Amino acid sequence: MRTIRTKIRFGSWAMVILAVGIAAAQNGGVSSGYPTPKGSFNASQQRGHGLYLRYCVGCHGVYGDGNGEHAPYIDPKPRDFVAATFKCRSTPTGTLPLDSDLIHVLKTGVQASGMPSWLPLSDENRTDLVAYIKTFSPRWQSEKPGDPIKIPAEPAVTKESITHGGELFQKMECWKCHGQQGRGDGPSAPTLTDSKEQPIRPYNFAEGGNDSRFKCGDTNQDLYRIFMTGLDGTPMPSFADVIQPNDAWDLVHYLRTLQVHRKSHENQVVKGTGGKSPSAAFGTEKSPGNGN
Amino acid sequence: MRFRPLGNLGSERTSVGSSLPKPFLLATFYLLSFVISSSQPGHAIPPFARKYGLPCSACHEAWPKLNSFGQQFKDEGYQLMNDRDSPVWQNPSYWPVAMRITPHWHYESAGKVAVNSVPGDPASATIEKTINTSGFDLTGIDILTAGTLAKNISFLLVPSIDPGDGTVGFESANVRFDNIANSPWLNFKFGKFELDVPLSEKRMMTLSNVGGEFQLYHFVPVGGDINDFTFGENQLGVELMGHSANDHTRYAASMISSTNGNLGLPAGRTYDGYLHLSQAFMAGSLGLQRVGAYGLVGFRPTYFETSGPDAAPIPGTGIGNRSFYRAGVYGSLYIGKFDLTSVYQHSSDNVYLGNATAANATLPDGARGPQWNTGTFEAHYTHSPKLFFLGRYELVRMTQQSLADTLSDTGNADVFTVGYRYYPFMHSRAGLAWHQEFATARFRKTSDSGQDQRNNSYFMGLDFAF
Repeated sequence: MRTIRTKIRFGSWAMVILAVGIAAAQNGGVSSGYPTPKGSFNASQQRGHGLYLRYCVGCHGVYGDGNGEHAPYIDPKPRDFVAATFKCRSTPTGTLPLDSDLIHVLKTGVQASGMPSWLPLSDENRTDLVAYIKTFSPRWQSEKPGDPIKIPAEPAVTKESITHGGELFQKMECWKCHGQQGRGDGPSAPTLTDSKEQPIRPYNFAEGGNDSRFKCGDTNQDLYRIFMTGLDGTPMPSFADVIQPNDAWDLVHYLRTLQVHRKSHENQVVKGTGGKSPSAAFGTEKSPGNGN
Repeated sequence: MRFRPLGNLGSERTSVGSSLPKPFLLATFYLLSFVISSSQPGHAIPPFARKYGLPCSACHEAWPKLNSFGQQFKDEGYQLMNDRDSPVWQNPSYWPVAMRITPHWHYESAGKVAVNSVPGDPASATIEKTINTSGFDLTGIDILTAGTLAKNISFLLVPSIDPGDGTVGFESANVRFDNIANSPWLNFKFGKFELDVPLSEKRMMTLSNVGGEFQLYHFVPVGGDINDFTFGENQLGVELMGHSANDHTRYAASMISSTNGNLGLPAGRTYDGYLHLSQAFMAGSLGLQRVGAYGLVGFRPTYFETSGPDAAPIPGTGIGNRSFYRAGVYGSLYIGKFDLTSVYQHSSDNVYLGNATAANATLPDGARGPQWNTGTFEAHYTHSPKLFFLGRYELVRMTQQSLADTLSDTGNADVFTVGYRYYPFMHSRAGLAWHQEFATARFRKTSDSGQDQRNNSYFMGLDFAF
């Protein structure tokens, strides 16, 4: 029995020594398994390159231009890293995102797209992937990311806030794309295209329940941020220059009421007014051509 | 999914005998040199890659072994959870079906096999001899169909065609309700499925007769043990499974019929219970490490109601049930491209099961419940998703024989397996791997003359799926 234990002990140590030796001889970090070219890449970019080949290349392509092997079958199309135009940012429209923005997208994925959450990867993996993704576009050499927009504290949800949000929804003609009921079926919806001339559908607030998410997040803060930054590369503009923070919050509260199947504080307030549809409850059913 | 190896010289407890033919060793060396020097990045796997457009390497360290992302995808019920999982989002031409088979050449050596000294003459003396054989062969065909029926309702159906007689069996057939009450902690599976074991035998990277199954799951002690339970077989029952958002914490609890996955209720009316808990953690830059523990308690009948003059057992009437259990702990260590999984398992069968004795009959003198420990060390080196090396050592040690006068080390096993897989290409429509493997097993004192038996397997083939 002692001989067996000795063998096991010896074998275990041999395995550990072998493992440490192998680990020391390879690229550090959680490995993609791919050998990576040294070139002009730094260590993080090298690791990111391997990870990119393992996880991303099928959609985003070898050159990062969104023309991967599977791109023709994906809707919406994969992001073009060469153009360096990103939907989900904390920075103003037209500017580059922060690394933390890209990492956040890797963690959460992008709702209603082929982009999954890469939560099982390590933080180091995600950092390395972002480092590599940034090598595709010269913009990252010549520009700096924008300053993140500030999100003021959210005011209380009130009947007045929601009503005012509904008025803004009409005034700013959000309904033209999103439809009066927020179903993504406004009169302009069929004509919309993204920056790659691909047809694109406005967000449908009305579908989904408590687990519904927006393209770039799922909280009220995320929705506020989407207003203010816009979704670059899509027809969704930034309203940072045309709307005041309090107005933006009112709009957020109103949009939440369009998520009719979601249990939210906003919908409770609506219920308190008699349980009517938000537009009917707050008298915003007045615009023509709502496409319903 | 693992292929069913043809035949199983391993279970015949045969032994060493001869070594590998030199031309094959040379061929192996040259091929290995070639593939190391020509390894290039590659892509995808059939049904899910077609659905999601991800490279196969996204979910597999090297197929069929899952990586952490693939494990989470499986744990979510084959869903990426990006609102594109329901089949209504798929092009109607999408067909979630793939097939897998491996044409191969293999060499088998089984030592100390009892044979007639004069072939064809049963009256001649029995001698022990090493039996060698080799030739071209096929594995069975696995038809892999899996995906979602609707959002948060997934399925897996795997009919397998036996290459010998063409009969079709159902390796897996289950439906799973995922994320019940919007919680990843509640997922319910119903049907035939592989238990949530620490080392999946359906995704194992070895295919040879000797190395193609884990002793951990299939070892049977000497003495005619009638317990047919094997972790390696898919089981019939239900499973409640859950995991944290990042899949680091996982549990699986199953209740299965005591039939070892066989259809038609051939045994009794008892059930087996299985529980598996594991926790993973990110160890800095080393990667994701996982530790876990599991256990199964079950029953098997020791006799049946009978009928007719020959007292034929009536299937499904098993009575005189006696218990058995399996309990284990394990750890999976990842250090970059290198990973090592170590499993320790203790097994125990009731004395009636271990001595193949009906519970209403008298046990032989010195009868005891057999108990044994199993250690499994499986290491991988993923040079790239296209080139994968593996090595495994398994040891089985009896701690209590079913009969007191049986030598303590009788049946002890040591199995070594080494091999590699090379994937010359991978894309979304098909996969191909060149597979080479050598495995050798020694079983203590199991020949008729009480000597050690050694079995060797060498396997090389083209493993493809489309």
